[in-house]
Amino acid sequence: MASKTPHDIQLGPDGQLRHFLTIEGLSRDLLTRILDIAESFAALPGRPVKKVPALRGRIITNLFFENSTRTRTTFELAAKRLSADVLNFNVSTSATSKGETLLDTLRNIEAMHSEMFVVRHSQSGAAHFIARHAAPGVSVINAGDGRHAHPTQAMLDMFTIRKHKGDFTPLRVAIVGDVLHSRVARSQILALNTLGVTEVRVVGPRTLIPTEARALGVHVHHDLESGLRDVDVIIMLRLQKERMAGALLPSEEEYFRLYGLTNERLAVAKPDAIVMHPGPMNRGVEMDSEVADGPRSVILQQVSYGIAVRMAVMSMCMQTHAGGGETA
Amino acid sequence: MNISILNGHLIDPASGIDQPMDVHIHGQQIVGLGRPPEGFEAHHTLDAGGLVICPGLVDISASLREPGPSAKGTLETETRAAARGGITTLVCTPDTDPVIDTPAVAELIQRTARKLRRARVLVTGALTQGLDGQQLSNMAALQTAGCVALGNARAPLGNTLVERRALEYAATFGMTVILRPEDPHLRAGGCAHEGAVATRLGLPGIPSAAETVAVARDLALAEHTGARIHFHALSTAGAARQLREAQAARLPVSADVAAHQLHLTEMDIGDFDANCHVSPPLRTLADREALRRAVADGTIAAICSDHQPHESDAKEAPFPETAPGISGLETLLALTLRLVDEGVLSLSEAIARVTCGPAGLLDLPYGRIQVGGPADLCLFDPEAHWTLDSAALLSEGHNSPLDGWEFRGEVVHTLFNGRLVYSRDRNPDDS
Repeated sequence: MASKTPHDIQLGPDGQLRHFLTIEGLSRDLLTRILDIAESFAALPGRPVKKVPALRGRIITNLFFENSTRTRTTFELAAKRLSADVLNFNVSTSATSKGETLLDTLRNIEAMHSEMFVVRHSQSGAAHFIARHAAPGVSVINAGDGRHAHPTQAMLDMFTIRKHKGDFTPLRVAIVGDVLHSRVARSQILALNTLGVTEVRVVGPRTLIPTEARALGVHVHHDLESGLRDVDVIIMLRLQKERMAGALLPSEEEYFRLYGLTNERLAVAKPDAIVMHPGPMNRGVEMDSEVADGPRSVILQQVSYGIAVRMAVMSMCMQTHAGGGETA
Repeated sequence: MNISILNGHLIDPASGIDQPMDVHIHGQQIVGLGRPPEGFEAHHTLDAGGLVICPGLVDISASLREPGPSAKGTLETETRAAARGGITTLVCTPDTDPVIDTPAVAELIQRTARKLRRARVLVTGALTQGLDGQQLSNMAALQTAGCVALGNARAPLGNTLVERRALEYAATFGMTVILRPEDPHLRAGGCAHEGAVATRLGLPGIPSAAETVAVARDLALAEHTGARIHFHALSTAGAARQLREAQAARLPVSADVAAHQLHLTEMDIGDFDANCHVSPPLRTLADREALRRAVADGTIAAICSDHQPHESDAKEAPFPETAPGISGLETLLALTLRLVDEGVLSLSEAIARVTCGPAGLLDLPYGRIQVGGPADLCLFDPEAHWTLDSAALLSEGHNSPLDGWEFRGEVVHTLFNGRLVYSRDRNPDDS
């Protein structure tokens, strides 16, 4: 009979992290370890010495086929705090537009002895593709591929949730908006379910919810109020302007009227519910400014935790390749 | 040259023969079944002990890439692959480069194939010029140049009116129109079945409705125009049901299914296996089961390779950017025989779906074993176990998701027009 053993490309022989491509297939223990290690790095900004020498002399390359100043910057900061050297490639504006294939680009940069690629690409599966073709000893971190995954964003969201809520198991979480096109939502759903929350809900109109959403392990709500009732965490997703052109939505106004988060709607959630947004946020479309800037919003904390989580993932992957052993 | 094939078990679904029987060949023709004709003296004998002798396979849809980019395949390489697959008649799709919209291209392909003498290559003419979906091709001229059907390959027709006119004009000459039913708007930028796997992997989806909407429209036009429509590569349970109902209403419509569609599902994409990127996409287990039932009850009378060879670069990219298609000539028989092992078809039915079934859909006089007919034969060992090594495929395209699959039933000899064009244990072209 046919047999393709689904070997998890992300893990090394002893189950340590080699690449970080998706949350799928990673254990609760491993996700918890990422959060614990991130916790130790999160303390750094308060100290006089902001750097640790963990990756001194190693080369990390940011390989961005899609523009993103914020994500690239936090990866760069994370790498520098680990004392690594950082190369930045914005490939959308250089090689591939001249006909060079993705593999050619990869080979060229590998020749510069880079040991880690942080990859962002507009196509789902791009990070897996690069990981499969990377030289042995080179790690790949997915910084967002198409609609597929954005695992470091999901982990920094988990970090934020743990900071505020402690235990994951009793939590009900609502993810609101364009789940169909969201790599962030996919990774968040996987992470939340792996960490054992009570319930994950997705909320949005049918045009923005994948047809087989239930297969992801979520409850689907089309009404915002029922979706937010008694939840502990609300995650609002960014709405891209081009969704209007694709006949997925009639207008931003109608979207805000039905799915925009206001203080009034927030009232149906638990009294201590937190509000998150992976950014960049459209004020007055996904949520009211008074919510975004209000006491329940943890949006700015998400950004600063991002550096610690990315430091954790980078150091874990690089330790693996350096010959194993646990990261301190 | 006279050849006698002795001690084999002959299965010819067209005539209902299923028993031990010798075959005697003179020149390009079969001249005797069972006892040799009077005065026949064999110059060569082929011992077929333990082997099944069946008609050479008829593959109703294969992209052979010539004329076109030779890195994807040539008639030389692809007919060699066909011979290894036991296929002696190939109907090639019009999506060559340039496309088969002029008699010159149609004749070039047939002439080149005749010189190669490894398989009979028949051509499907383009339904519209340049497959642009707008302007009708010179169908009468294409028919005169030997085209056995017309089709638009994977390119969509511009609108419903163009489709209506194309069907009417083709019907004027009694030509069958091969349609790949797919609504281009519902397909949009999709690359995988819109289902659980595409949802999980974040791959842009192609809904089942992209196929069923198109089938519904095409059936309505078949009824309106009276044209003879053949659907290529059905992939959904819904389309199988629509076809069954249309046939019950006596519409002149038929369909084939790609062999891989009867075995693989969306689950096989795993973590973005680009070799499973195929159009139409691999669908659900329920679709696969419905397609198997439609093949079993004869609603779908033909299993084809839907051969799409690609150079390795075409599959070396993130999944959505890879070229869709599977190199299928060398696994057509093996995948069809597997349906026998899995209890879907009897051996005779399975052979029918790759011989007289497809031949009958295009009124071709092939895919059968009869005295006076061409000596196109496939001899296979029904008990031989083998493992597919996609790197070792004779096709220029090594893009198969079946690498490492174990099969039972292997082609041992292929004869085309009385000539041994493939032998498992030696390459006849080398001798």
